[in-house]
Amino acid sequence: MFWRRTADVVVIGAGVQGCSIAYNLAKMGVKDIVVLEKGTICSGSTGRCGAGIRAQWGTEMNCRFGLAAVEKFEQLHDELGMDCGLNQSGYLMVAYKDSEFEQLQKSMKLQNSLGINTRVVTYDEAKEICPGLAAEDAVGFTFHERDGHADPFLTTFAYMEAAKRLGVEFLRFTEVTDVKTVAGRVAGVATNRGDIDAPVVVNAAGGYSQFIAKMAGVEIPNLSERHEILITEPVEPGVCPPMLMSFSGNYYIQQRPHGSIIGGCSPEGHPQDYDLGNSWDFLEMMSRTFVRLLPRTKGVRVVRQWSGLYNMTPDRQPVLCEADNVKGFFLSCGYSGHGFMFGPISGELLAQLILGQEPWIPIGMLHYSRFERGELLIEPAVV
Amino acid sequence: MAGKNEDIIICRCEEVTLGEIREWIEKGYETFDELKRVLRVGMGPCQGRGCREMILREISAKTKVPVADIHPGTFRPPAKPVKLAVLAEGGDK
Repeated sequence: MFWRRTADVVVIGAGVQGCSIAYNLAKMGVKDIVVLEKGTICSGSTGRCGAGIRAQWGTEMNCRFGLAAVEKFEQLHDELGMDCGLNQSGYLMVAYKDSEFEQLQKSMKLQNSLGINTRVVTYDEAKEICPGLAAEDAVGFTFHERDGHADPFLTTFAYMEAAKRLGVEFLRFTEVTDVKTVAGRVAGVATNRGDIDAPVVVNAAGGYSQFIAKMAGVEIPNLSERHEILITEPVEPGVCPPMLMSFSGNYYIQQRPHGSIIGGCSPEGHPQDYDLGNSWDFLEMMSRTFVRLLPRTKGVRVVRQWSGLYNMTPDRQPVLCEADNVKGFFLSCGYSGHGFMFGPISGELLAQLILGQEPWIPIGMLHYSRFERGELLIEPAVV
Repeated sequence: MAGKNEDIIICRCEEVTLGEIREWIEKGYETFDELKRVLRVGMGPCQGRGCREMILREISAKTKVPVADIHPGTFRPPAKPVKLAVLAEGGDK
């Protein structure tokens, strides 16, 4: 077997972040890039996610990322040459408490000031947007029609295929066992298949990024929580076209274009077991949410449940930066459940940072040093 | 003749043909889970009961690895589709 001993850039992790970073670097002219994946492409958190894409956020940072990502997704098929399954049926946010509705409206004002045309809708309008909806107990709704969802598999594969055409190499079943450093600089990685020397190493390892960081001698406070999700058999379209989301209701539910309905929620107890198993408790809790919120799904069958890791940070915002103490070691992790939707934009911004350019959306505040300084950027809008 | 076989539907739930499966195996999607993610084979109501064996044989034909040594992909609950209303009623703990 041929084994490359060197590369200009090593990317660890072939989820949407790693594939987008590799593609964007190659597009900007970097020649010798290798992406290492311990499983297969898109086998980690990206391929397990709820697939949502939204600009309805509660901090300026996330609104800017969200809108830029929506705009990227809108032209991704053309750019990458592969359909990414984009479906812009909007996000319908549901508030059950007055304080929650006030927060949604406060976020809406911020969104509107940044060019995101979120609006308050009445219950009647909400039922037009989502014909299966039963939410008499809700106090208010906001809606942004450019939000929606895309296929996480196809999006990641599209980035990989486009990157391959630009010369990027992808190595599956290749697990990083050490990150080598010399005098405050990254020097390469060791893997289960051999070593690769490289002046730039990117940590895009999702749920395992804190372990990769530790190998390089970089401490980040990230933790991985197991979240669960289910999908039904396909039924007629139009039951739940938008992403239906509520923070106090603790759910997100959307119907894929071919008819199956996906739903997830935040788990009780926030398990950090790295076991990607399934629980009966989730199945029962989520099924209750479905039949209450979308009564016409009573007779619809669940075909599969699965789980994935949310890589959480203390303020639920990502770590996107170069390490202070290890030059050439970059991090793109800690997306806290929204890494898929930000992939197209964070990949471009990190590629700019790696090449010494000024990222076109400032990302200075996403350095992990904010946790030590206590300058958290707390995001209120997370399920 | 070959063309005719290529049109055979292997995954009936998601309507994926033999030709599509061979095309993606050729592109390097050589495990069941990779084919599942790119083509959705085995993701429908039967969860791969109809297509899994045939797809593993196609992977074997390309990679020359015996079917018995190929990872069959991940199996997830429920074992058969169950109505949401039944699940919502709960069960004995």
